[in-house]
Amino acid sequence: MILTVRLVIEPGRASTDYWRDLWRYRELLAFLAWRDIAVRYKQTTIGIAWALIRPVLTLLVFVAFRRMAGLQQQMVPDAILVLSAVLPWQFFSSALSESSASLIGNTGLISKVYFPRLIIPLSALATALVDFLVTLLFLAALMAWHGVAPDARILAMPLFVVLAALLSLGLGLLMAALTVTYRDFRYVVPFMVQLGLFVSPIAFESAQVPVRWRTLYALNPLAGIIDGFRWSTLGGQAPLDQRLILSSLLITLATLMIGTWYFRRTERGFADAI
Amino acid sequence: MSDPIISVERLGKRYRLRHRHDGQYQTMRDAIVAGATAPFRWLGGRRRPKPTMDDFWALRDVSFGVATGEVVGIVGRNGAGKSTLLKVLSRITEPTTGRVELGGTVASLLEVGTGFHPELSGRENIFLNAAILGMSRAETARKFDEIVAFAGVEQFLDTPVKRYSSGMYVRLAFAVAAHLEPEVLIVDEVLAVGDADFQKRCLGKMHEVSRGGRTVLFVSHNMAAIQALCQRTIWLDGGGVAADGVTADTIRSYLASSGSAATAAHGPVRLGPTLDLVRFELSPNPVVSGGAVDFTIEFMARSAMKITDFALLIYSPLEVRVAIVDLRPIGFPLAFAANERRTLHGAITSLPLVDGEYDVGCGIRTSDFAGDRPGLHTLTVSARPPVGGVVPYAPEYRGAVDLEFRMHAS
Repeated sequence: MILTVRLVIEPGRASTDYWRDLWRYRELLAFLAWRDIAVRYKQTTIGIAWALIRPVLTLLVFVAFRRMAGLQQQMVPDAILVLSAVLPWQFFSSALSESSASLIGNTGLISKVYFPRLIIPLSALATALVDFLVTLLFLAALMAWHGVAPDARILAMPLFVVLAALLSLGLGLLMAALTVTYRDFRYVVPFMVQLGLFVSPIAFESAQVPVRWRTLYALNPLAGIIDGFRWSTLGGQAPLDQRLILSSLLITLATLMIGTWYFRRTERGFADAI
Repeated sequence: MSDPIISVERLGKRYRLRHRHDGQYQTMRDAIVAGATAPFRWLGGRRRPKPTMDDFWALRDVSFGVATGEVVGIVGRNGAGKSTLLKVLSRITEPTTGRVELGGTVASLLEVGTGFHPELSGRENIFLNAAILGMSRAETARKFDEIVAFAGVEQFLDTPVKRYSSGMYVRLAFAVAAHLEPEVLIVDEVLAVGDADFQKRCLGKMHEVSRGGRTVLFVSHNMAAIQALCQRTIWLDGGGVAADGVTADTIRSYLASSGSAATAAHGPVRLGPTLDLVRFELSPNPVVSGGAVDFTIEFMARSAMKITDFALLIYSPLEVRVAIVDLRPIGFPLAFAANERRTLHGAITSLPLVDGEYDVGCGIRTSDFAGDRPGLHTLTVSARPPVGGVVPYAPEYRGAVDLEFRMHAS
């Protein structure tokens, strides 16, 4: 923690060593993520099993729904097809919800101690990622049970996870910063998450979307991410539309840029506004 | 030494006070309405907002420098800008005007226990809190035993801190903070916690820190602690620097100003149906603990009457009576004719009360009234200079009276 340069505090001066500070505080990031995970399971009886209960129940509901709607497809067991969409979706939605709420959940820290504020939503993202990795084991077990083996495409899977992480981070940063000033956004995020569940290819597959709606459908960046995740885990048994991937990529990058820009711009006033 | 480690130039911090109708937060609707009406605002020129009316300058034009190794006290009334200054220096909030230059790492203890999580154990919280305050994991691990020993919580390391007593909680929090090793340490009122023994250790630690060449900014309402630790003290008032200099001088003028605010003139006070207390003065106010206080009391009788008993009563801030000056021996009963005035002059020769704010009233018995009248006057007792370099305990641990003593030759 040796700081040799003189630090200047002036109005409107974005700290020049912000990113270096972020790096210096990387341990804090890990500690905050660890705190959230530790605290979540401290007084629960079944502990980490809670990370599994949510996807399992969602899975059952969606499989039942597909059966009723006659949406089943023959190539891949339905449970695997649905779970391979539920997992990235739940990773995205919990990362988004938690990072959006993270700043107002840490008011005490923000008004009392200095550190790069980006640490807080980043640690919320890290927490969601840990839960996701636990559920990933569940998918692996289910696939082994059904004898579905991934092929070399599995190597592309981390890319889609990274894409989901960046998208939730970009949107989460924007929402978190907006929530500090406008508490309205506390109600916007749950609504977005609820809506997203129905317009993303979880209960259905992208191929089932009518052609004339495809353009509008492609505006949902999760469509590409979920399809990509499915494609990479199910060994190509799920089709992949490159235009969806491209659209996801562009929207994710744009969201990340806007989110980071707005967060950095408003960050200096958090302690006063919160 | 010559190059200041902290230099503050014309620092100002403005807070915008918005007039909000309902909640605490600005809602999006407000912003939308403001945004949508902004282009039309010029149409109704007379309804132009007056932004300066809603501005509050928590700091204005504050300038000072601190040299490496200096221990500087900061005093001032609540709302004088002390906390805002510390928040700007520790980069929590941004100044509106001016500039600060820092030549070293800064750590602030703005509130001990920040980031403590009640569900986590003492051990876990030590690491978490240290990380929040900017200490590395390796550094924390190295100092872990020292921190635990300082806090005295060895047996409870694996207990969640929500089961800690409040004293243990605070001790642990201060212990972590005290083991930081920044070049500049900013301390805000941490000594108001813990028991006497722990306070002693805290002050000792602060002494050690300041002797180790560390630069310390120390905000406290405990004048005795400031006098013991700081060579120099800055008095903030209304967001500006009211005085900056040798601790004893700054504190004297600070106390004098708060004293004058408390002795604002009262009208006559009725003591029963026939007697008025028209004047009641104590001077000096504030008085140094152990010093003498002159009193002047003037009565006026509305009709012929007699005072049989009269005593001055001194109450602590907790409304406990701590002392009495029984004036009966000076020649009571005292008879008054109608509209007669009488003045009593005297002095309490030694007032060894522990520093603090006291309430002075009187107890009276007359031919037609008997009762106590507290709240006639506020008397501020300031700390006497520390003896032999020993840091006094905080006032709340010294009871009510600092007794004089001497040692017999052995």
